[in-house]
Amino acid sequence: MPTLDDYNTGRTPAWCPGCGNFAILKVFKEVYLELDIEPHQFVIVSGIGQAGKFPHYLKCNTFNGLHGRALPVATGVKLANHEMLVVAEGGDGDCYGEGGNHLMHAIRRNIGVKLFVHDNQIYGLTKGQASPTSMEGMVTKNQPFGVLSEQLNPMTLAIALDCSFVARGYAGNQEHLKGLIKEAIAHRGFSLIDILQPCVTFNKVNTYQWYQQRVYPLETAYDPEDRVEAFRKALEWGDRIPIGIIYRNNRPSMEERVPVIKDLPLVKQPVIPEEIKKALEGTLKEYY
Amino acid sequence: MFLFYRLYNEKKEAYLDYSIKIGGEAGQGIQTIGDTLSKVFSRSGYHVFTHQDYESRVRGGHNFYQIRFSDTPITASRTKIDIIVVLDKESIALHEGELSEKGMIIYDSASLKEKYERPNFLDVPFAGIALDVGGDRIMANTVATGAVLGMLGINIDIFNEVMKKTLSKKSEEIIKANEKAALAGRDYAKTNCISCDFSIAPPALKKMLIGVNEAVGLGAIASGLKFYSAYPMTPSTGIMTYIAGKAKEYNIIVEQAEDEISAINMALGASFAGVRAMTGSSGGGFALMVEGLSLAAMTETPIVIALAQRPAPATGLPTRTEQADLLFALYSGHGEFPRVIFAPGTPEQAFYLTNRAFEISQKYQIPVFILTDQYLSDAQWTYPDLDLDSLIYNDYRLRGNAFAALPEYKRHAITESGVSPLGVPGEAKHVIVTDSDEHDEEGHLIEDGETRIQMVIKRLFQKLLYIRGEMMPPCLYGSENPEIIITGWGSTYGVMKDAVDILQKDKRIAMLHFSEVYPFSNEEAWLELMRKARLSICVENNATGQFASLVRLETGYVFDAIVNRYDGRPFLTEELIGELNAHIGRL
Repeated sequence: MPTLDDYNTGRTPAWCPGCGNFAILKVFKEVYLELDIEPHQFVIVSGIGQAGKFPHYLKCNTFNGLHGRALPVATGVKLANHEMLVVAEGGDGDCYGEGGNHLMHAIRRNIGVKLFVHDNQIYGLTKGQASPTSMEGMVTKNQPFGVLSEQLNPMTLAIALDCSFVARGYAGNQEHLKGLIKEAIAHRGFSLIDILQPCVTFNKVNTYQWYQQRVYPLETAYDPEDRVEAFRKALEWGDRIPIGIIYRNNRPSMEERVPVIKDLPLVKQPVIPEEIKKALEGTLKEYY
Repeated sequence: MFLFYRLYNEKKEAYLDYSIKIGGEAGQGIQTIGDTLSKVFSRSGYHVFTHQDYESRVRGGHNFYQIRFSDTPITASRTKIDIIVVLDKESIALHEGELSEKGMIIYDSASLKEKYERPNFLDVPFAGIALDVGGDRIMANTVATGAVLGMLGINIDIFNEVMKKTLSKKSEEIIKANEKAALAGRDYAKTNCISCDFSIAPPALKKMLIGVNEAVGLGAIASGLKFYSAYPMTPSTGIMTYIAGKAKEYNIIVEQAEDEISAINMALGASFAGVRAMTGSSGGGFALMVEGLSLAAMTETPIVIALAQRPAPATGLPTRTEQADLLFALYSGHGEFPRVIFAPGTPEQAFYLTNRAFEISQKYQIPVFILTDQYLSDAQWTYPDLDLDSLIYNDYRLRGNAFAALPEYKRHAITESGVSPLGVPGEAKHVIVTDSDEHDEEGHLIEDGETRIQMVIKRLFQKLLYIRGEMMPPCLYGSENPEIIITGWGSTYGVMKDAVDILQKDKRIAMLHFSEVYPFSNEEAWLELMRKARLSICVENNATGQFASLVRLETGYVFDAIVNRYDGRPFLTEELIGELNAHIGRL
């Protein structure tokens, strides 16, 4: 049984004091500890941004790749070793902006990757530009006339694509978030959790106080399997913002449907040159 | 000193050397006729070379399929054609001038709605015969194929074997009808082609007929490939299609990614997870991959990339050929890092070099390119066999007990060779950490200059030193004491060799062919040879002579002349000889 210390990397986070990422980091360490998943038993693939640095502060197998490209890498890892827990981590700019196309197709594939988006509705690392989830009208140094584009709603987007697990969490409600993450990990297919997280340095609109006044956990009677109701719930953004599992279905994951890995993960399948050679002798006959 | 491939040189005069062209619109079945005839020739034991020329459309336009076959080894297409099968009028206008002295055009006057009375035209009612004997016009192409075999006097039994294999999923009835149609076509041609004068050598041992995309795919499979992700793009798609066709048999995951960015990143993910992974594309698609290439370099994740060139910029000429992405492949990706570029000149080289690409990329944890082009991708060659015993497979990954037994593990540990231990995630308690940011030995991101310098020395300088030692020198063919040297790389191998075969009858001429293009090997005998020669010519299927620039950059050597072709078409032997003679004549 690991201890919390086993997840420490000994590196000091480069985040601002008060950053929502600290709370998220703490929750994740507790989740892995409580689920008894040791550092070598999972992989975090991350992108670029403040959230992309996550695995440098949480000990595990780590592939900190390119901006926007965590999902393709995570998909490759999962297909090569589907018995491994594969987590993709990034911010709103990373996952919804630069990597938007990959999100769409990861959802379609229903690859069993867990995507946790640290959504602070702003670009932190590049110092305060609008992100896809910034609210219309937000003025920044780079958007002097305010954000002109419609705010992206990752929840409705995911439900429209029939994403098999769609949830929203909040860094300010750690126990709730922990429960969500555990559900996402237990889910058979692709899971998306959009984690609302204040950026204390750059986002002066969506502050702790702002979220605190609006965020509420979904009622226990809420049925996340009802897609139409889920869509209605996902549209809720304003005075009240629901957190919890908004939509869920049980369609089979991609790795369950790839025939060549039915018996063994790809990486566990031994490569035996003599056997390949023997098979090739048969294949070469096709050319005569 | 030099690389010697199996050259298959039989020092004898060719008894026969015929070229056949099938021309028409896309969708008329040119490829079916071409593929069938090529297979019949290779199964009859002849040496075969085929190449294709087609437009970027599914129907219409003008396309052709060219086959050359002989009883001695051949490596390129010739411009003079002995039999042209025309399926449309445009083919006559475009290709009649290419007919050899005894050459014949066969056509169906009923389909073309025109009769040609010239002596070298043979009117065969393809559709009419098909309807009469097979009961369906659809077998017109089978009649045409039979007619060609009749003109040449080639045994029809082998055709029947090939056809049965191709139509294995069709009913016995359809196969029988096709047999009858081919026979009727053959008999018609035999009876009516009074001026046909072709001599056929007796059949020999049957040969394998294989193209480069298949050879790259086979080479990858032979190397233990487990994961291939790509986005379709001509002319690289054939590799993906081939591997997908073998995915079940060899337990390979082939994933069509949403774009090329995803394709290379997926392959890197699979490689990081511990399996051999590959991607492939052409110029524009590869342009999207270059950030991923740089990621492969920084994270030291092994990957093999097939880059099938076509004319650019941008969409360029999608179905045509060019060798203009050599310097792009060489300089693609931001930052400085080692890479290896192989450019096979034949399907056989493509097979072995793909195997070597996996070996080198795994050993040094670097990206390795297989650079081909449309001409090469769509060409087919014959061989007696492929030697499977010379394949290399070494697993350089740390797995299982060997990994678990290590007291400590650092993914990017500094070592003398520059190569750090590559563990498989999950196989031991050690975690594997890597980063696109500059990182320390453990793989965590850093900012300090000292660590950066150590990493550059390890990742770039140390590795490159050892990689250079692995690289093979160019292949020398022709005179061993040449006065004239023609140099090239990749797909020009065959046509340069063909030109040397012809020119060396009265000249001291040799070819230097680079299939291991970058980095240059430490062996520099080839440079001495070029310095001693009276005339050195670099032959390139591009506008600027990119390889010549690279040679100058790496060695300071300047070629006396460069022969370029950049109309999107490959060099053909006679044209290349013409260009070479223009320079040789000035000696």
